[in-house]
Amino acid sequence: MTVPADGPLATAPGPYFGAYGGRFVPEPLVAALDELDDVYHKAIVDPVFTAELRRLHQVYSGRPSPLTPVPRFAAHVGDGVQVFCKREDLNHTGSHKINNVLGQGLLVARMGKTRLVAETGAGQHGVATATAAALLGLECTVYMGEVDTVRQALNVARMRLLGAEVVAVKVGTRTLKDAINEALRDWVAHVDTTHYLLGTVTGPHPFPQMVRDFQSIIGEEARAQLAQETGRLPDAVAACVGGGSNAMGVFNAFLDEPSVSLYGFEAGGTDLDPGHHAARFAAGDPGVLHGARSYLLQDDDGQTLGSHSVSAGLDYPSVGPQHAWLHDAGRVTYAPVSDAEAMDAFRLLCRTEGIIPAIESAHALAGALRLGADRSAWATTDNPILLVNLSGRGDKDVDTAARWFGLLDDGQG
Amino acid sequence: MSSTARHLDALAAQGRPALVAYLPVGFPSVPGSVDAVRTAIDAGADVVELGVPYTDPVMDGPVIQRAVDLALRRGARVRDSLAVVEQVAGLGAPVLVMTYWNVVLRYGVDAYARDLAAAGGAGLVTADLIPDEADEWIAASDAHGLDRVFLVAPSCTPERLELVARSSRGFVYAASTMGVTGVRSSVGTHAETLVTRTRDAGAQHVCVGLGVSTGEQAAEVGAYADGVIVGSALVRTLLDAPTTNDGLDALAQVTSQLAAGVSRARSAS
Repeated sequence: MTVPADGPLATAPGPYFGAYGGRFVPEPLVAALDELDDVYHKAIVDPVFTAELRRLHQVYSGRPSPLTPVPRFAAHVGDGVQVFCKREDLNHTGSHKINNVLGQGLLVARMGKTRLVAETGAGQHGVATATAAALLGLECTVYMGEVDTVRQALNVARMRLLGAEVVAVKVGTRTLKDAINEALRDWVAHVDTTHYLLGTVTGPHPFPQMVRDFQSIIGEEARAQLAQETGRLPDAVAACVGGGSNAMGVFNAFLDEPSVSLYGFEAGGTDLDPGHHAARFAAGDPGVLHGARSYLLQDDDGQTLGSHSVSAGLDYPSVGPQHAWLHDAGRVTYAPVSDAEAMDAFRLLCRTEGIIPAIESAHALAGALRLGADRSAWATTDNPILLVNLSGRGDKDVDTAARWFGLLDDGQG
Repeated sequence: MSSTARHLDALAAQGRPALVAYLPVGFPSVPGSVDAVRTAIDAGADVVELGVPYTDPVMDGPVIQRAVDLALRRGARVRDSLAVVEQVAGLGAPVLVMTYWNVVLRYGVDAYARDLAAAGGAGLVTADLIPDEADEWIAASDAHGLDRVFLVAPSCTPERLELVARSSRGFVYAASTMGVTGVRSSVGTHAETLVTRTRDAGAQHVCVGLGVSTGEQAAEVGAYADGVIVGSALVRTLLDAPTTNDGLDALAQVTSQLAAGVSRARSAS
């Protein structure tokens, strides 16, 4: 369980990130994981694969996504602070999730498989996977916790419109973690024909490394765009952290730049009592879930604790293993943001910039506001640059937000 | 030598494979699971696989999920697994504990091995621990003289089969069909091939699980396997019964049928 002591963080290989990661899976899946690892490593050095992925990014997703200065929002962050949002919300399907599904989707054909299974929390990864399946002519089954199918009903309909089968998971806590359990069971039973298109940087090796690599385009683009706009690196980068794929994606280009402070904001929920949050770093400790060792919300018996967040996409009791490693190494600072704080930031971005963010992304915006209140730890100049990853758009959250803010006229609010 | 392997050899000398009965700790209650194990042993189970309830049992199908979910809701704790082992260990059937890895990690790998050995347990079946990740468990099981049962599946390469065979003690658990636990109408033609391949890879004893529910299937599988592992078909009797006593009666009946199937598995037919 070692990693190279030197070498760039941005290309740290699995299966282990320090004491984290690995492959804690039933043996039936090992052959499929080995095949995936092999096909992936061959693909990323194959010019045909990289050209096809780049082409889909451009002509299908709309990459590069813009980097938008948000001065009216920045005025609330602090005097002189320049805030830029990386607009993953403007990607096709409305979030960063498309970056990963196109990459993995292209691998599926190389493995000779014909079917995708995926888990989804907020629905964004499920929609992205259903989209890739339609685009690439693959069958698709998406598992979604029953609680999430209710709070994200429109995304269920979107997935069905795209031809996917959506299965509401009615066991356990009926949220994202149980959807992953069901997707894993399906994969164990159908591994010959089926690829599990895991949506985040957790799970067994090679997923954490592979998904990070497919998402790293976020930070690479943002770094180049910022250099063009300002001629500088950012002073700090803020992202929300559920499983952690958008955060790894934007952090990766800056991990080896010591002057850039990195901040991950996890779901603080209503408070930090068990079951009221998804603050794995603030309230969890190391354990194994869904194939990887990482920080985990668990009880004294190692049973997984329930989590809560106003945002379905952050409502997960564990976190990607590379985040755990970066946490222990002190390279990234992680902090919980409460539901209320996130919703305030959500409304602020709507009203100052005309951008409705995903509630997940609003946690990063709330984090930015917090960083503005004390810039001593990260600002290197009087006009520091803060890069916020706007990982998704908020169309799916309008109903939740309308209820939160009491905006409905018919007594539903 | 492993006590489980010795037991399998003794049964083989009698001309039959073992019936391995899976039952979850804490279902229908902690004392109820002790009664269930005793019932299964009395009705012909040769080896017991006691499941530790876990919130995220990804290798288990709906029947066992439901039972362990109820066990957890009713307050089953990991330490109850040791208490149940202690109460059923002296009944003539080796008692293995089947667990997901995080509960052992949380308890402490060496501490759990020590306490399991002290309770009279024979070893662990690890559903989501592969030998590659098992250094700590291999050391602890060596130190405390416990069996370690790892899984193989039809998807395993010859190299994987060798690694699992080399790392296991007691027996190797052959997951006969690709899939999670549950009752199936057919066990699958993969099973016999897998057993042969696993033996060729060096395994001394191979038991087959996942999908066996009837005496006929037990006889069919027992013709070539060292043991026939049955879980969901037993647990279902307890889940479906209107009362605890009805459940135990049904459990005894199904176990007897399976035991009869196992007994005739190697007779000329």
